[in-house]
Amino acid sequence: MSMENHGHQEHHGSQEHHGDHDEHHHEESFVSKYIFSMDHKTISRQFLVTAVIMATFAMIMSMLFRLQLAWPSHHFAFINWILGDKMGKDGVLEPGMYMALVTIHGTVMVFMVLTGGLSGTFSNLLIPYQIGARDMASGFLNMLSYWFFFLSSAVMMASFFIETGPASGGWTVYPPLSALPQAMDGSKLGMTFWLVSMTLFIVSSLLGGLNYIITILNLRTKGMTMTRLPLTIWAFFVTAILGVLSFPVLLSAALLLIFDRSFGTSFYLSDIYIGGQALEQTGGSPILYQHLFWFLGHPEVYIIILPALGLTSEIISVNARKPIFGYRAMIGSIMAIGFLSFIVWGHHMFITGMNPFLGSVFVFTTLLIAIPSAVKAFNYITTLWKGNIRFTPAMLFAIGLVSTFISGGLTGIILADSALDIPIHDTYFVVAHFHIVMGVSAILGMLAGVYHWFPKMFLRHMNKKLGYVHFWLTFVSAYGVFFPMHFLGLAGVPRRYYSNTAFPMFDNLIDINILITCFAILGGLAQLIFLFNFFYSMFRGPKSEQNPWNANTLEWTTPMAHTHGNWPGALPVVHRWPYDYSKPGKELDYVPQTVPLAEGEVDGGGHH
Amino acid sequence: MIKFLVYIAIILTVLAVGYLVRVFELASSLKGKKPEEVTEKDNRLMGRIMLAFVIALFCFVGWQLKSYGWRTLPEAASAHGKDLDWLFNFNMAILWFVFVVTHILLFYFAYKYYGKKDNRATYFPHDNRLEMIWTVIPAIVLAVIVIYGIKTWNTITAVADPNSQVIELYAKQFDWTARYSGTDNTLGDANYKLITSTNDLGMDSTSKAGQDDFIVKNELHLVVNKEVEFKFRSRDVIHSAYFPHFRAQMNCVPGMTTMLHFTPTITTADMRKNPEVMKQMAAINAIRKQRVIGDADYKPGDDKPVEFDYILLCNKICGNSHYNMQMTVIVETQAEYDAWVKKHPPFYAKEAAPAPATPAAPAAASADQKAEKAVASK
Repeated sequence: MSMENHGHQEHHGSQEHHGDHDEHHHEESFVSKYIFSMDHKTISRQFLVTAVIMATFAMIMSMLFRLQLAWPSHHFAFINWILGDKMGKDGVLEPGMYMALVTIHGTVMVFMVLTGGLSGTFSNLLIPYQIGARDMASGFLNMLSYWFFFLSSAVMMASFFIETGPASGGWTVYPPLSALPQAMDGSKLGMTFWLVSMTLFIVSSLLGGLNYIITILNLRTKGMTMTRLPLTIWAFFVTAILGVLSFPVLLSAALLLIFDRSFGTSFYLSDIYIGGQALEQTGGSPILYQHLFWFLGHPEVYIIILPALGLTSEIISVNARKPIFGYRAMIGSIMAIGFLSFIVWGHHMFITGMNPFLGSVFVFTTLLIAIPSAVKAFNYITTLWKGNIRFTPAMLFAIGLVSTFISGGLTGIILADSALDIPIHDTYFVVAHFHIVMGVSAILGMLAGVYHWFPKMFLRHMNKKLGYVHFWLTFVSAYGVFFPMHFLGLAGVPRRYYSNTAFPMFDNLIDINILITCFAILGGLAQLIFLFNFFYSMFRGPKSEQNPWNANTLEWTTPMAHTHGNWPGALPVVHRWPYDYSKPGKELDYVPQTVPLAEGEVDGGGHH
Repeated sequence: MIKFLVYIAIILTVLAVGYLVRVFELASSLKGKKPEEVTEKDNRLMGRIMLAFVIALFCFVGWQLKSYGWRTLPEAASAHGKDLDWLFNFNMAILWFVFVVTHILLFYFAYKYYGKKDNRATYFPHDNRLEMIWTVIPAIVLAVIVIYGIKTWNTITAVADPNSQVIELYAKQFDWTARYSGTDNTLGDANYKLITSTNDLGMDSTSKAGQDDFIVKNELHLVVNKEVEFKFRSRDVIHSAYFPHFRAQMNCVPGMTTMLHFTPTITTADMRKNPEVMKQMAAINAIRKQRVIGDADYKPGDDKPVEFDYILLCNKICGNSHYNMQMTVIVETQAEYDAWVKKHPPFYAKEAAPAPATPAAPAAASADQKAEKAVASK
């Protein structure tokens, strides 16, 4: 991989179609620069913008089904306006469409936004920048990774426009429901689209993941030892390893499902009578699919949360003006969480009839994860202690993440306990738990990252005041939406119910659902503030200085321009760990990694 | 036309906000301030909001406990359910404690240490003793949770008492069918290939054990304080048999038989007199009474008062009508149950009877005879 020809600079400043026209060195065409770009910064922005758009779609979907849950079968012009007469006749959401919306909302949020969007954006942006590399190990694979991601997102959204609608068996698409077109409309062509989309996504994820691992291992600049890496990079590194090891398993699960659907095999099917006839398939097991799916599915939730925790570690340390507390312990807990995430998948399957002894093994391994998670939470809190906290919008989101990571993680202890899982499995208690611990937390982490690294991505600042309003509305509505759901779960309300009206015992819960939906709408409107701030600031925000947050990491040692090759001259040399904030004896309250150690000075992070 | 105006209004609003933001930014840069810079004033304000937030969060949570807490499932109506509820409360006590303490620390620190201009943070990169404390203490607490949890789990999932009553629950899109194993307490064989319009469960007519089996829909009757062992089958997709009041749940998986057993401890009649349940039902009926039938949201019958019933729901996404796949569960005394069984002749007797929907007395009688024969022939 040649790293030589990076002498020239590209001016970016404001985008092409905007007022003051920048002069361009015309070595690269528009297409190779902004569309099929191999530059990690452009690819990162492509991932981010795609993720923001996909998140907006997913959010609109959630608004539609939240309206149905709070006011079942009420006529909403809004629903009819978005879905049209077929799926939202007279403004009432059709049951099949409800299922499709929850399914695609889940899939898009989990994969497109919080896996592709989060890792794709920040791994691409920060890995080369923070380790001191000119670009990713393979720019070409990196570009392919984005375009597979784009195709995957496009195929997923396209499934809304086919006659039988998108996949609607839940984001986990358990067979036989997802394997049998006779079982529901959503298992017809829409399910094929889902599988094609996921296959493309897995390709994207693998290309990206391999690239991240190789880049981190091989392209660190001089002096950047593994224990001088910022925690962001550690998080991306472990995340990429998890993805590379687990996504192929999902691919095999999907492949076998494609075979069952299209070629009459019976990997997952046995003894089924449907649509007035007994199927010939026999000998398969639907439970096999669940094992394969959750072998990915559980590492997947850590693929989502670890990068968010990594971003948070960095942001909290920079803005508390303190070193992250227990750097080595943080690395250890990232690795412990990563390892344990592979041996806990069975806790999604306690009531599938699995051997009770196996169940108790999974209880044990799952609860072990609480230990490294607790260490992380306490370390964050201690980092704030005696800090000098600068509340940038990013810092607010990072603190928000710590709160939701704790409160969502705690209910995980209940669900991991197989005995206690029995009565609340698949109820709203679960919905509350995973939305808070990985949905809200990861989104807060991602938004923190966007606010913090926006100057690096777009050379401009986002509006601070709008950021404050955005945070508080988002944070308040996140608790407002998901905290009451625990009570619905404890009242026995199952998830994925189109309406609870068929059961009189749920009649007195309707006000809870109305409260949740009101908070959801508030939270949705708050995101409009973000969308405005994001696109507005991209073009018109105040220009940023080189190191706006007085941070230590390497990305802030490059000029505020999109330099091809990142550093105009030689690569920086690293002399210290990244967390020398407020170090005694130093004039400033930060010491960038490129500053050599003074005589007799001890490097942090356990380099004694 | 209205839609068009709405679009125009949205576009104009966005533009207006854009210009407003621009004006504010220009104004502050004219005053020599950088709009993106976080000032001490900002820090103080955000710190205070952090503190206010955590107080508001605790109030919100407390309010929910008060106004939602009593609407959660009433007292467990099964023997193991009582243990589960105890274990749940035990775990929750720990979790509430951790939740409150960590949140106070997190938000109080955020408030207390908001950035001041001439302040400097304390350099405190690590402390092995502290880290040891919050590794070991969670480990010990979790060990306790694991031990209690697995102990309870092992009791619940232990092999059923051989004397327990065997009932099959058969799931299909979108209803439940119960097959009672009859006097021999053994279910007959069944095969999905034998399913016909009159043989919904694919029962094998040559199976001896199946001769006395009888099937019911809509209502599942159980005897109080008698352990029941369920065997679950599914015809088409995965369903999940969820008995919230008995704290029991098990998936029904096509191609295999899953099992679950529990002992109901409170009859339906007694549960209706439970103060918790009465309070809930009074609230439910008050809500139903206010409904206006003919309103788009309500169907006829939605305004009628209801009585408490145990219920069996489907709790695994199974298709478009997943939200309405239910069966009423009735727990009664042995005598009531025996009287009920009398009305349900074995499936094969029923097939021979002319009007299977409402079996008449003679059919029931012949059923009994047949059942006796089946036992005798063993």
